[in-house]
Amino acid sequence: MKPSGRAWQLTAIATAIVTALGGYAIFFVAPREETMGQIQRIFYFHAGTGICAYLGFFVSFLASIGYLASRQSEWDWMAVATAEVGLAFNTVVLVTGPIWAKPVWGIWWTWDARLTLDFILELLYIAYLLLRTMVAEPERRALVSGVFGIFAFLDVPLSYFSIRWWRTEHPQPVIGGGPGTGMAPMMWYVFLFTGIGLLALMAILSRERYRLEALRHEFAELAAGAEDEPEPVETKGLSR
Amino acid sequence: MNLARSAGLVFGKELRIELRTHDLTHTVLFFVLMVAGLFSFAFDPSSTESRVILPGLIWIAFFFAGTLMLQLCFVREQVNDTLAALRLAPIDPFAILLGKILANFGFLAVTEIVFVPVFSLFYNVSLGGVLGRLMLLLFLGTFGLAVPGTVFSAMTAQARMRELLLPLLLLPVLAPVLIAGVEATAALLGPGHALEREWVVMLAGFDLIFLTATWLLAGFLVEE
Repeated sequence: MKPSGRAWQLTAIATAIVTALGGYAIFFVAPREETMGQIQRIFYFHAGTGICAYLGFFVSFLASIGYLASRQSEWDWMAVATAEVGLAFNTVVLVTGPIWAKPVWGIWWTWDARLTLDFILELLYIAYLLLRTMVAEPERRALVSGVFGIFAFLDVPLSYFSIRWWRTEHPQPVIGGGPGTGMAPMMWYVFLFTGIGLLALMAILSRERYRLEALRHEFAELAAGAEDEPEPVETKGLSR
Repeated sequence: MNLARSAGLVFGKELRIELRTHDLTHTVLFFVLMVAGLFSFAFDPSSTESRVILPGLIWIAFFFAGTLMLQLCFVREQVNDTLAALRLAPIDPFAILLGKILANFGFLAVTEIVFVPVFSLFYNVSLGGVLGRLMLLLFLGTFGLAVPGTVFSAMTAQARMRELLLPLLLLPVLAPVLIAGVEATAALLGPGHALEREWVVMLAGFDLIFLTATWLLAGFLVEE
């Protein structure tokens, strides 16, 4: 996983351009939504980061399985990289959501099915990262966080269904028609374009985080090696 | 040695230790009694309010009691490094976990049998006619608490600040159990006294999924 420096730079630059153009398109190309007005424009960013976050958690789950199956540290690095970047994206979702909800619903937050699930996901992956900081020994850390990564992801469908049943049993609070049902074609194009930019950003950040983890691992190995290095002994060659 | 027999032996060992020390049961019984009182001071509910908040109180009280208790289940193996002896035993690693899961479930179930009537008295909510079904829900939920709880206890036994860590890992994972348990209890205590099947399925499904995952991952959890 070492693309040449040049190709890497070009990818990063292309991502920056796409993201910037996406930002322009959101404000000046996408049509104004009729009922919600300008605030609807947050949707492109909100839903896009949401998809990236879920993707990150899913890849982290697969990487956790990969680590337990193979015991190769690379899988563990991938698991932590995607979980951490996924958590950052999910935090963006949790911040942009209420900004949209306040003018449209009239409230910042409601325990609606999707909001609750997203909140639980945030908690689960904060717990995952906390767990990693508390276990010092790298192999043990990879092992326990692999197990927790699997348990956390298994929890997602269970949480989803319990929340859906919980909330469909009772009348919903005041909720305006959500976006996503029948978008204008131009809205779709803008959404896809910004989505590509966000996905590329997600990939770049994950890869950088992966490299950081690899470097930390290398550093720890070198440091351990320096400690274990035996003092040069003069009696070399005197075997018994 | 087959799984049931070896898990039974581990369960018996846990039970013997507990019967000699009473560490866990005494702590948990006192904790739940205290919480039952504290909730009443905090909310000062009228009798109609009691009916509304009681399901949540019962589940939260037992959840917190469970996280308090579960921390000890692997930590106390460390004093004399007895986990090494368990590991060396020619038994399936899942048997060690299963024995401990059953023991933790048992200790919490005893607490529930003692304290559900106390909650009923303190909050003036009559449980006549629904007690059996309420215990079924609580036992399903408690098993769901014991499975990931025991697994996380095994995971965090050697971690830094493990006392803080276990509840942080466990409580978010238990969100579906809490929702299903509280909703089912509320329906049971409500006017229809109905046992809603979907919540029972959710609780049983949670138990089954996490028990299967534990069975699959047991080898990793018990190793050095």
